[in-house]
Amino acid sequence: MTLSAADLRDRVLAGDRRAVARAITVLERGGDDGAALHALLYPHAGRALRLGVTGPPGAGKSTLVDRLARELHGDFSRLAVLAVDPSSPVTHGALLGDRIRMGALQELPGVFVRSMASRGLLGGLGPAALEVMDGLDAAGFDLVLVETVGVGQSELDVAFAADITLVVVAPGAGDGIQALKAGLLEMADIVCVNKSDLGGAETVRNDLMAAFELSSARSEKAPAILLASSKTGEGVGALAASVRELAGDEDFRIRFGERRRRAAQRRIVGGLQREAGHAAERVLESDPVLVTSVVDGLMTPRAASHEVFRRILKGETS
Amino acid sequence: MNHASAPIRVLVAKPGLDGHDRGAKVVAAALRDAGMEVIYTGLRQTPEMIVRTALEEDVDAIGLSIHSGAHMVLFRKVLAMLREEGMDDVLLTGGGIIPEDDARTLAEEGVGRLFGPGAPLSDLVKYIREEVEARRKASEMKES
Repeated sequence: MTLSAADLRDRVLAGDRRAVARAITVLERGGDDGAALHALLYPHAGRALRLGVTGPPGAGKSTLVDRLARELHGDFSRLAVLAVDPSSPVTHGALLGDRIRMGALQELPGVFVRSMASRGLLGGLGPAALEVMDGLDAAGFDLVLVETVGVGQSELDVAFAADITLVVVAPGAGDGIQALKAGLLEMADIVCVNKSDLGGAETVRNDLMAAFELSSARSEKAPAILLASSKTGEGVGALAASVRELAGDEDFRIRFGERRRRAAQRRIVGGLQREAGHAAERVLESDPVLVTSVVDGLMTPRAASHEVFRRILKGETS
Repeated sequence: MNHASAPIRVLVAKPGLDGHDRGAKVVAAALRDAGMEVIYTGLRQTPEMIVRTALEEDVDAIGLSIHSGAHMVLFRKVLAMLREEGMDDVLLTGGGIIPEDDARTLAEEGVGRLFGPGAPLSDLVKYIREEVEARRKASEMKES
């Protein structure tokens, strides 16, 4: 299927599934084509609720997403899932296996599932995940659910990409001190202690509750901490209810606005960093003496950065 | 549009009820190690599920692993459904226990090369890469 960007936009806005799939490929590929298509779709985005699901590898995110999305399908009849899995840093290949856990979800009408490779990007999402979420939003999905790669303590990009962040943890991954560490849990709006069919889930919940009580870092109130089992389905209804409740909560909706401002600012700065990085590389390639000076100890890296920045501003980039 | 540098996306699926998924897993891992993005959906996929996944994932190629003897029915069904969706540009290939005569018949009908037991993985990787690159080039020509 080969279409111009404008034709592709029209078909995406009409909700044509194949066009949506192709648009994601174009957005993911990036470059001028990706940017042009994104510019056409972006004005039509902004209506969908964006739910981020993150947590360590093996916490049961994919299985939980399958269950949770089926619960939410009643409220959000057009529902898209973007599931991110890691790429190999060596070969750049990826095995995207999240769909294995989402068999039942894929049978439902109005549901669209897409796998995405992280393509070397840290942070838990792929390089064009935000653009792809915009595209799904423009295509008229009411709920865009993004599942990150299995993350550790500092991959927090999803919290900036989503209106609601659900952090999934499982028993057996450390004691109460782990729960006290900074990072992931501070960004959670809802915490799900998954695998409640196994022992130890309640201890984890108690440790988390104690940790949130001790923490004053959060400007927002402590998240709901819910037990669930993606294996038996127990607790998933309550989890869906808590998503629904947050989405409908007036105070929380005001916070969505603030978050979207913060996210927009982050995207602007991030884009600038990438472009400035490319410009800096061009300066350094055109004048290798700068790098040599830093290697030889004649100039600090920071002083060289300032010099590069000065030249970029003056337009001496080639 | 320049597709040449984008990673090749392949769906590896097992249609039907046979439970022999070792081959499919080995193939999926080999394609991954060759730098491709492999969507692996596991066992017991219906042709409808396979085509729906291929559509949503916008894959370049589909590899079906079939050891049940139902290859004629399954390949024909998937091929027909792909054509119905207008997805003629997607390479449909695969492997398993498939007699040469059957493979030849399917090839005449539009199915790609099928790989039997003992076929070197490097042949499969090379075949998918070359075939997808040719198809991408053809679709670019059509565009310009």
